[in-house]
Amino acid sequence: MAIFSVYVVNKAGGLIYQWDSYSPRAEAEKTFSYPLDLLLKLHDERVLVAFGQRDGIRVGHAVLAINGVDVNGKYTADGKEVLEYLGNSANYPVSIRFGRPRLTSNEKLMLASMFHSLFAIGSQLSPEQGSSGIEMLETDTFKLHCFQTLTGIKFVVLADPRQAGIDSLLRKIYEIYSDFALKNPFYSLEMPIR
Amino acid sequence: MSRQANRGTESKKMSSELFTLTYGALVTQLCKDYENDEDVNKQLDRMGYNIGVRLIEDFLARSNVGRCHDFRETADVIAKVAFKMYLGITPSITNWSPAGDEFSLILENNPLVDFVELPDNHSSLIYSNLLCGVLRGALEMVQMAVEAKFVQDTLKGDGVTEIRMRFLRRIEDNLPAGEE
Repeated sequence: MAIFSVYVVNKAGGLIYQWDSYSPRAEAEKTFSYPLDLLLKLHDERVLVAFGQRDGIRVGHAVLAINGVDVNGKYTADGKEVLEYLGNSANYPVSIRFGRPRLTSNEKLMLASMFHSLFAIGSQLSPEQGSSGIEMLETDTFKLHCFQTLTGIKFVVLADPRQAGIDSLLRKIYEIYSDFALKNPFYSLEMPIR
Repeated sequence: MSRQANRGTESKKMSSELFTLTYGALVTQLCKDYENDEDVNKQLDRMGYNIGVRLIEDFLARSNVGRCHDFRETADVIAKVAFKMYLGITPSITNWSPAGDEFSLILENNPLVDFVELPDNHSSLIYSNLLCGVLRGALEMVQMAVEAKFVQDTLKGDGVTEIRMRFLRRIEDNLPAGEE
């Protein structure tokens, strides 16, 4: 899927709409026996791999499921602490699924507000008067395109770097926004869109 | 609400009679509800304002005009693009004040008032006051505070309908990033 996600940010910097297309993320499930040869650590309410890359499991991957049951942050589904569970040799052999952690909605909200501030900084850094804010951010795995309307709403699209035609996509999204969100009289402006 | 995929940027055609009838029903109901013409005028203005703040996004999405840098440009865009797009009429712009902050929009025919006659007991009713609210609301969302009022109305016996628009000030708070 060439478009990874779409974010709509309101005038104040709050995220009002977000869409992700989850392409198959790098995930690996393996069975382990005691002792675990990966070093795990607790970070930000998640259990991440700190050291010990092998077979598709990379540093930074989070523990997604143990024995097929999804973990809940740093606790397993039945409320035990993951690190404690994995430290106990009686629980082995255990099958753990690792993968790239998904962003929670709170994290997305924070990222959107941060982007809003960076966008403003971008326009202020400009040597020319009256420059627009950040229009495109390029990395080796994705390109971020941003379009700000005259009323301050920002449409942000993360897409494949080779994907063309994002500008017209952004305008189309603006049109769709003006139709669905605005023509619904029960939608209040600047509020999150369902 | 589903939309046809081939809608593109065309607006849906609708019978203008239905629009005139709807607006007329709205105004008469408001008159019944409020009794007092002044209140009705205020309500129409407020309703227009709510329409305006949403309409501006639709207008910007469809018309692709950039930011206007002075009031004359704004006047041109309002008359030639916006009125054309939404009401199908092109008012003319006249009577610029010497300071360039006031102008008049002259509407030869106002689609809202087709077949309408104002009765004597509603002589101070501004029938098309919704339009003033729409203009005010829409321009406020692009950081311009304006005042719009009717100075001539065909319903009251004048030859043309005239809306006087006055630029009050630029709204400086909450500017989108990049606009100085």
